[in-house]
Amino acid sequence: MEQKIRVLVAKPGLDGHDRGAKVLARAFMDAGMEVIYTGIRRTPEQIAEVAVQEDVDVVALSCLSGAHNTLFPKVVDLLRGKGADDILIMGGGVIPEDDISFLKQHGISEVFGPGTPLATCVNYIRSHVKKEA
Amino acid sequence: MDVKLGVLAGDTRAVARAITWVENGDPRGAEVIRGVYGSTGRAYIVGVTGSPGAGKSTLVSRLAALLAARGQKVGILAVDPSSPFSGGAILGDRVRMFDVALTRDVYIRSMATRGSLGGLNRATRMAARILDAAGFDWIFVETVGAGQSEVDVHDVAYTTAVVMAPGMGDDIQAMKAGIMEIGDLFIINKADRDGADRTATQVESVLQLSMTTGWNPPVLKVSAEQNTGIESVVDTIERHRTHLVASGKLDALKIRMAKLDVLEILKARLADTMKQQLDQPAVQAELEKVASKQSDPYSLADIIFEESWRNT
Repeated sequence: MEQKIRVLVAKPGLDGHDRGAKVLARAFMDAGMEVIYTGIRRTPEQIAEVAVQEDVDVVALSCLSGAHNTLFPKVVDLLRGKGADDILIMGGGVIPEDDISFLKQHGISEVFGPGTPLATCVNYIRSHVKKEA
Repeated sequence: MDVKLGVLAGDTRAVARAITWVENGDPRGAEVIRGVYGSTGRAYIVGVTGSPGAGKSTLVSRLAALLAARGQKVGILAVDPSSPFSGGAILGDRVRMFDVALTRDVYIRSMATRGSLGGLNRATRMAARILDAAGFDWIFVETVGAGQSEVDVHDVAYTTAVVMAPGMGDDIQAMKAGIMEIGDLFIINKADRDGADRTATQVESVLQLSMTTGWNPPVLKVSAEQNTGIESVVDTIERHRTHLVASGKLDALKIRMAKLDVLEILKARLADTMKQQLDQPAVQAELEKVASKQSDPYSLADIIFEESWRNT
């Protein structure tokens, strides 16, 4: 049996900068994961629906617009509403220190800011995705 | 969540999970297929192939949007390549499909090839069965960017569309065998660009060389980007479907597909058993003999085959 970690890299909201998201997508691929990329300017509804259709293990949200406190928890709520509460949701982008605890309280399992080494994100996924035997 | 019942009820999460299982070779996937196979056979499966950048994803999303607007349920299986080095993949077909991604009754699943060379994933065939059982009227199977020999889609779909773009005229010569033979229709996409007429003429002239079998593959000019000519594609697929039904070819195809369903399972099972045998510690000494030329690969393969057979 061959199991692959499937990751959705998603850009919610009105934010056109996706270089970082693409770098991460590439790093996840190089780590042997299957990465679905949404492209920019997606709604939380679109992201949640894609996550379910693609049966991903991880949703990695990237936001540089400042709207993370609204958008990230929305994705979490929508996924829970669809019964997909087994998906690991992580966030990244330009996120002020003060917002991190708020996001964590609202279902974002970890937040990765600028300068985070790629290996940190990869290892976080590897150690937190519970692949059923 | 009972996945089998969920699939039969058309539940998105159940469908998605079942596809993951068959993709992973999880025994639960086989159980689901057993449980739902009797409900398959209603969907019409269309293959879409063509070179990278020809516009397959955009075209498929247009076709899906059109059919969904007519009240049809559409499933899409979009295959992209896995890295031969890391085994990972970037599945980007969806980026071009967002117009339909949230349309009710359209389901899109990205699949990586996971080492398969024929342009699809080993589990694409069974994933199509799952969508079929879930009540999708249409299933589009989009291959990886294909050149010449990625022709597996022909064994999965009833109608195969080959998508091309102008400006690749010289490729047509190279495409004589393989992909040019599997098209039931040929789509010249990006028809708003220079050279579309020329490409269409070249394709037609290549097609005229082939023997007719009661169906002459039409060559259609469309622009998926500008959403023109999409209806003609659907009409042609419908026409081909009618032809297959009227000529009795569809029944023959369905028997062939049943055979291929079984073959796929047998191949996977045998490959697993053989690989297990090959990994046995006792075999390592034999492998060393092959490496040092005291034995040869055929002789060792014979022994392993016999052993595996006894153990199945």
